Amino acid sequence: MPTFTLDQQTIEYNPGDTIMEAASRAGIYIPHLCYHPEFTPHGSCRVCVVSVNGRYVSSCTTPASENLDVTNISEAVQQHRKQLLEMLFVEGNHVCPACEKSGACTLQSVAEFCGMLSPTFSFQYPNRPVDASHPDYMLDYNRCINCELCVRASRDVDGKSIFGLSGRGHEAHLVVNSEDGLLGSSNFDKNDRAASICPVGVILPKHQGFNKPIGKRLFDETPINEQMVEPQR
Amino acid sequence: MTRIAIDPVTRVEGHGKITLHQDENQQITQARLHIAEFRGFEKFIQGRPYWEVPVLVQRLCGICPVSHHLAAAKATDKLLGIDQISPTAEKMRKLMHFGQILQSHALHFFHLSSPDLLFGFDDDVRHRNIIGVINDHPELAKQGVLLRKYGQEVIRLTAGKRIHGTGAIPGGMNKNLSIEDRNQLLQDIDQMIEWGVAAVGLFKRIFYDHQEYHQAFATIHSNMLSLVQADGALELYDGGLRARNMDNELIFDHADNDGYLELINEHVENWSYMKFPFIKSLGVEQGWYRVGPLARVNNCDYIDTELAEKERQEFMALSDGKPVQYTLGFHWARLIELLHCAESIKVLLHDPDLQGEDLVSKGELQPSGIGIIEAPRGTLFHHYEIDEQGLIQRANLIVSTTNNNHAMNESIRSVADNYLSGQEITEPLLNQLEVAVRAYDPCLSCATHALGQMPLEVTLFDAQGQLVDQKFKSTEHGV
Repeated sequence: MPTFTLDQQTIEYNPGDTIMEAASRAGIYIPHLCYHPEFTPHGSCRVCVVSVNGRYVSSCTTPASENLDVTNISEAVQQHRKQLLEMLFVEGNHVCPACEKSGACTLQSVAEFCGMLSPTFSFQYPNRPVDASHPDYMLDYNRCINCELCVRASRDVDGKSIFGLSGRGHEAHLVVNSEDGLLGSSNFDKNDRAASICPVGVILPKHQGFNKPIGKRLFDETPINEQMVEPQR
Repeated sequence: MTRIAIDPVTRVEGHGKITLHQDENQQITQARLHIAEFRGFEKFIQGRPYWEVPVLVQRLCGICPVSHHLAAAKATDKLLGIDQISPTAEKMRKLMHFGQILQSHALHFFHLSSPDLLFGFDDDVRHRNIIGVINDHPELAKQGVLLRKYGQEVIRLTAGKRIHGTGAIPGGMNKNLSIEDRNQLLQDIDQMIEWGVAAVGLFKRIFYDHQEYHQAFATIHSNMLSLVQADGALELYDGGLRARNMDNELIFDHADNDGYLELINEHVENWSYMKFPFIKSLGVEQGWYRVGPLARVNNCDYIDTELAEKERQEFMALSDGKPVQYTLGFHWARLIELLHCAESIKVLLHDPDLQGEDLVSKGELQPSGIGIIEAPRGTLFHHYEIDEQGLIQRANLIVSTTNNNHAMNESIRSVADNYLSGQEITEPLLNQLEVAVRAYDPCLSCATHALGQMPLEVTLFDAQGQLVDQKFKSTEHGV
């Protein structure tokens, strides 16, 4: 099989693999938020950034090829990730101490892995009301990171296209495809793939929370970088 | 007229202020404890889902978050239409609560108040602190640390974390107690009970050595409010409301928690962010009351653990059949409760229900839920109203320290009346005001006092507004 190097390790790949896919198969964790093996990658969160022959690229969209020299874990690469994560934390309202996703949140876990323990940018405190109009599920937009996993799951798996992003650049935000923009007015169902894909605490079942005790949550016993398959949420 | 301002008196992590008004004969005409902080929890949880509240609202406090956690959980039980959660869930919550009160009372007595009580209120400020206690009474200091540690372990094993855990959820608990964890707690519980007995004994020796002074210091006469069990026993987790007046007559008894708004109202003053609760039937002037250990031990008919009940009887023998009113009695009552908590933990640890699997009950959503609990510092009210989607529309929290607001003001006035002589301000005067406030163990009595980090500024003006005297007690340089 053809190979490339990643942090001085030789990694085998199949033609057509991205760096992320080949690294995952080799059991190497590259931090990521918007990437999910079930869906076509679009490289928007940039947290999976790696250095390839001196250039910074997103590993989920860069094809693997011979003679690539990839750096995944280095101070410089982690510093880029930390800054990206800091921006995500200050753009929304991520109140980990009171969030039921805490301990099972990919954003929180990736931040811990990358050493982003406290943002240095100013918090923006956006005003984003909760949408609890659906009988079974609610949307807490405060925690949205625009990863579009729900957009892709609803469109590509559920065939419903309930979610989408509206606005451009800094104004981009998640919207619901219904007449009044409320989840309760859409044909969202608790069994949809989109209902269980959110890596943070936006799409959550109603009337329950904190059901898993501390110590038993998704990332309590096994950190995200040691979970060899994509975490089942 | 002279105005004296002590600014700031620290709160938990912030500051309050004491002002005294003195007439031309140097009599205190007004004493006010101002809370200058604004938290806003009742407002900013509006629009949040109700199932988040037990974890969110406990962030009100880093000292007794379990109380808020459980009061909110009880309120959300009611929002789910559940009157009775499973035995396992209820006993796990009670265990958590006993651990919480044990650690909080230990923290207050050993770390915050023992320097005053062991060394005297006018001891050198450089010695009157926890370091002085560690140097002069190392065994006692160690017991304080380990009692607190034990309580924190109980919390960790029931809530997942020592501070701000997640054990209680709407309708029950998210975990039971494993046999392994139970055995860990059983190892040391007899030692905790022994130290609890010793702590009560220590306070009694201090009291009897200075009985007259202790009974006079900051003493006021008030109504008492607390929860009690159906048979009148001391109750900390769940019970009916009982209020008793200073003549020992019941104002109301075994009152349904859901009707608290018919019994209690809150008065607002424009000089404090802290409200002034009062018993409605008695009005603002006569209806103020005290809560906390002193009120609970006075109010109950008995304590259902043997050693604590014996101590209660000795404590109540101080009075002539009326409630014990002396303010430093808070400490004594607090230690009786500490002992009761240690005994109760032992009883619970032997209960196999703690290993049960039935953790969460289900019910039908209701528009309003009220949870009342006895926090370490007194009766704590949580009341939430939700819309049909489950989002909080209105919240009303009456926290323990708020219930004691008027009483703390009265105690300050008593101290200032009796001990502020002339216009010269001394550090012991400042400390005596703090000792009076500290007896109530309010959040503002503050965890930092014993380490000397309770900055006070007192300024004294004459009737024309001219500065007469000014003293500042800093954390580093004394007065």
